[in-house]
Amino acid sequence: MQHYAPILIVMLPFVAGFAAVLLPSDSRTPSTWLAGITMLACLVLTLSLYPAVGAGGVVRNEVEWIPSLGLDFVLRIDGFAWIFAVLVSGIGLLVVVYTRYYISAEDPVRRFYLFFLAFTGSMLGIVLAGNLILLVVFWELTSIFSFLLIGYWHHNQGARDGARMALTITAIGGLGLLAGVLIVGHIVGSYDLDVVLASGDTIRRHELYVPALLLILLGTLTKSAQFPFHFWLPNAMAAPTPVSAFLHSATMVKAGVFLMARLWPVLSDTPEWFTILGLAGMASLLLGAYLAMYQQDLKGLLAYSTISHLGLITLLLSLGSPLGAVAAIFHMLNHATFKASLFMAAGIIDHEAGTRDLRRLSGLFRYMPITGTLVMVASAAMAGVPLLNGFLSKEMFFAEAVATHANSWVDTVAPYAAVLGSALAVTYSIRLIHSIFLGAPPESFPREPHEPPFWMRFPVMFLVVACLVIGIIPGMTIGPFLHVAVSSVLGAETPEYSLAVWHGFTLPLAMSAVALVGGTLLYLVAGDYLEHSERAPLFGRIQGQRIFERVMVAISWRGARLVEDVFGTRRLQPQMRLVVAAAIAAAAIPLAAAGLGFGSYRGATTDFAFAGLWAVGMVCAVTAAQQAKFHRLAALVLMGGTGLVTCVTFVWLSAPDLAATQLVVEIVTTVLILLGLRWLPKRSQALVESTGILDRVRRVRDLALAVVAGVGMTAISYAVMTRTPPDTIADFFVEKAYSEGGGRNVVNVILVDFRGFDTFGEITVLGIVALTVFALLRRFRPAPDSIERPEQQLIQRSFDEAEPDREAGATAAEYLYVPSVIMQWMFPVVIVLAAYLLLRGHDAPGGGFAAGVAMAAGFILQYMAAGTVWVENRLRILPVVWIGAGLLMAALTGTAAILLDDPFLTSYFQYVELPVIGKVPMASAALFDLGVFSLVVGATVLMLIAIAHQSIRRLRAARTGEERQLEERQQWN
Amino acid sequence: MELTLALAIGVLTGSGVWLVLRPRTYQLVIGLSLLSYAVNLFIFSMGRLRVGAAPVLGTDGAGSPADFADPVPQALVLTAIVIGFATTALLLVVLLAARGLTGSDHVDGRESR
Repeated sequence: MQHYAPILIVMLPFVAGFAAVLLPSDSRTPSTWLAGITMLACLVLTLSLYPAVGAGGVVRNEVEWIPSLGLDFVLRIDGFAWIFAVLVSGIGLLVVVYTRYYISAEDPVRRFYLFFLAFTGSMLGIVLAGNLILLVVFWELTSIFSFLLIGYWHHNQGARDGARMALTITAIGGLGLLAGVLIVGHIVGSYDLDVVLASGDTIRRHELYVPALLLILLGTLTKSAQFPFHFWLPNAMAAPTPVSAFLHSATMVKAGVFLMARLWPVLSDTPEWFTILGLAGMASLLLGAYLAMYQQDLKGLLAYSTISHLGLITLLLSLGSPLGAVAAIFHMLNHATFKASLFMAAGIIDHEAGTRDLRRLSGLFRYMPITGTLVMVASAAMAGVPLLNGFLSKEMFFAEAVATHANSWVDTVAPYAAVLGSALAVTYSIRLIHSIFLGAPPESFPREPHEPPFWMRFPVMFLVVACLVIGIIPGMTIGPFLHVAVSSVLGAETPEYSLAVWHGFTLPLAMSAVALVGGTLLYLVAGDYLEHSERAPLFGRIQGQRIFERVMVAISWRGARLVEDVFGTRRLQPQMRLVVAAAIAAAAIPLAAAGLGFGSYRGATTDFAFAGLWAVGMVCAVTAAQQAKFHRLAALVLMGGTGLVTCVTFVWLSAPDLAATQLVVEIVTTVLILLGLRWLPKRSQALVESTGILDRVRRVRDLALAVVAGVGMTAISYAVMTRTPPDTIADFFVEKAYSEGGGRNVVNVILVDFRGFDTFGEITVLGIVALTVFALLRRFRPAPDSIERPEQQLIQRSFDEAEPDREAGATAAEYLYVPSVIMQWMFPVVIVLAAYLLLRGHDAPGGGFAAGVAMAAGFILQYMAAGTVWVENRLRILPVVWIGAGLLMAALTGTAAILLDDPFLTSYFQYVELPVIGKVPMASAALFDLGVFSLVVGATVLMLIAIAHQSIRRLRAARTGEERQLEERQQWN
Repeated sequence: MELTLALAIGVLTGSGVWLVLRPRTYQLVIGLSLLSYAVNLFIFSMGRLRVGAAPVLGTDGAGSPADFADPVPQALVLTAIVIGFATTALLLVVLLAARGLTGSDHVDGRESR
């Protein structure tokens, strides 16, 4: 059980989150129970590990992930991870209880719990990850889920902006972290946290230490909202308050300082670490506290205070002294307790009084005395008043600030900054209490305030009691747990420290006194001014947010436009020219370097008939190129001529399979383009023959490109063909085709057996293309001038109308009457041909591709002979079913091999003696080929019929859209 | 033989490239089809040219590789022919849809100049 606990702790929230989605939509209470029980289970599981962890042990849980890259799904719990897991799941539980009363029944509750639980799971993943890459994965997951949580009320512009800013900043940091972790992995040779933690000296001495450090700190400082990335945090307060309480206390911003403490033994104690973190921490400490004083929004005040307190933690970690690390870890816990309670209280005030604007709130104490008392105690803890937990860690902070660690001005300034920051914290804490609860109540609140339900207040009360108990008897409460956490981080370096309220008259005590008195005096002097100020002087103007927005606009709008202007064009031809030119260059450059040597190999003796054949083929091709603009039908026929010559070439040069396939494909291609011709505009030569000089230049340039490409291809192919062929894998295929694949047609054996997986991919592509064609044509709108009946039909029709004894449409029906009857008779013959091609494919030229296209040609012949309506009244072809069945059959044939413990698509074969027919090869590859056949039939027919159908759709244009849709459904489903 | 086929490949390529650079969608369709002939022949010719040596083994299934034309390029080209048909169909339909939407059969969906 203990072995599986870590993985359960991380996975339970994810599973529960997805389970929450399955609940009915109005299930506020059931989903609360689900989330609450999940959090409780995580908490209990974590607590149950204390015996193992408390003795200094580490519980590891390993699952192989990508062993070839050294990546395993490792979860590990040591003392530090344990205390954080308790914090996350404990505060998570309280937040769930609180949310039940905070969130309105109209809000989409399931979505909230999905995001909330997944976010919690990700945070627990960061805490428990025993592999740095895994940690980064969870890290990015928290970025994504916090984005979704902050933007929960996405109808609100502020929520969307705040969420996007949070995601942008923290995800950029996350990418930096990933890069940093990769460097660390490169230095150490492993991503395993235990290995990394044991290689501190190697890492610090490595030349890549500084880039690794910078990248990792980019991740942690953005996540912890430290200067200069602090501005996303106040904007994230658009989130629902339970989310804010969670983000600011146990998760998200804590992830940054958690990781810095986690890697503290490895990365700290260098000048770079000291300077960067010292500056960032000090700036955040002072700037956060300074700006917090000026906030008029209660949540804004708390948000800036979080920045300030995390700055304090960062500063403590920067010092590189073990005692500093102890104080940092202790303050993480203390800050979590009082900040979570304060945020939840802010939510209560907002909920009950209808506003959280400090200027509009006043005298609330007489309406809600219990909440008021709780807020006062928690604020006092935030200010660092004695007998509360905030005081203890602040004392330790002062002691560390005074001590000298490195001879630099940062160290010299630290004590003064510490006292100043603390004094400002006292000021904003007093301001919070005074302007909300004391003084005379205003004439009216937006809502008549009153105490909240007991269970909404309970989480606040619980945390405030924790602040008090820890603050008064630290040694008996938090002491042992803190010790376990600290010693798991520091190991042998764990210093002597004492958790006591009273250490005698010491310098830190004096500093505390100065901060308390100074802060109070400052409030007495400047309280009124703060109440009425719109924006903080000095630093209020420098808004990270505005800079961020400018940068975003520059990148996403101006930058994109610039790139588009420089590289983009709406015109296809220049792009095609570039592609062709690049292709020519790509071939020419290596040839220029290595030369193009013609060999003397001759595979086949010269035959003048062949040359004559290609003389025709080339003339066809060139004429097609010339005619394609004005004489489309002629160009199509000429192209078909070239295709036939190609087909004969395949027969001539020992490729009967290719010839068979080419022939049937040639037929369907011609039919397809013929069907399409009808929708193209008329073009007459007189209309558009441009003779501008620019036009001629373009034509000459294109001609030159075409000639260069043609000559180049001639040279390259001639050079290859005249060289003696090297040994290739072809020998293997020829030798093994019969003994291993059971077929004598090597090409077919390659397709359905040796390279069956490739073929499987290819038929999948074919199916996708067919469906795409079908989908495109469902919403096809012909151009206005193509909607009328074609000219030929109009002539036929007017003839019918002129003759008294003819019905309209009779001429069209009789058109090519004899050939169409013959074509109908041919249907069974084509089917037999296709079956023949398919069945003999494994041993003789043929196979699924050729047979499939032949079969499709048989179908389309029927359409051409008798017309769409006639055929579909008699024959229901369901091409999509053919496609699906073919793909399934091919896949199942392959999967059967897996069941027999062979790789996917392994083929089996055997000869079977059948009565009358004789010896017949039975290979599982034949089934695969049947799948290929079925898919090719379906895909080809689907494409051809879809385009053929457009002509009859036009005739129905007069009917209502609804009728048409109904018909379409009947026809295609 | 080699020279003939090499010339054929060159002419098909040239015609195809010329058409691909033209402004009308139909020219594009024909051009790509010609180009795909050229490419198929080119790949096929990489196995060298052989007459009367189709890679189909005798009834006993035995055979020396030297007696047969190279089956690998043939297998490659076989699927390429079918896929080529599919892409031609897709291109044609896209062009028809574009023509329906824009009313023009110019590759840019509007007449240049």
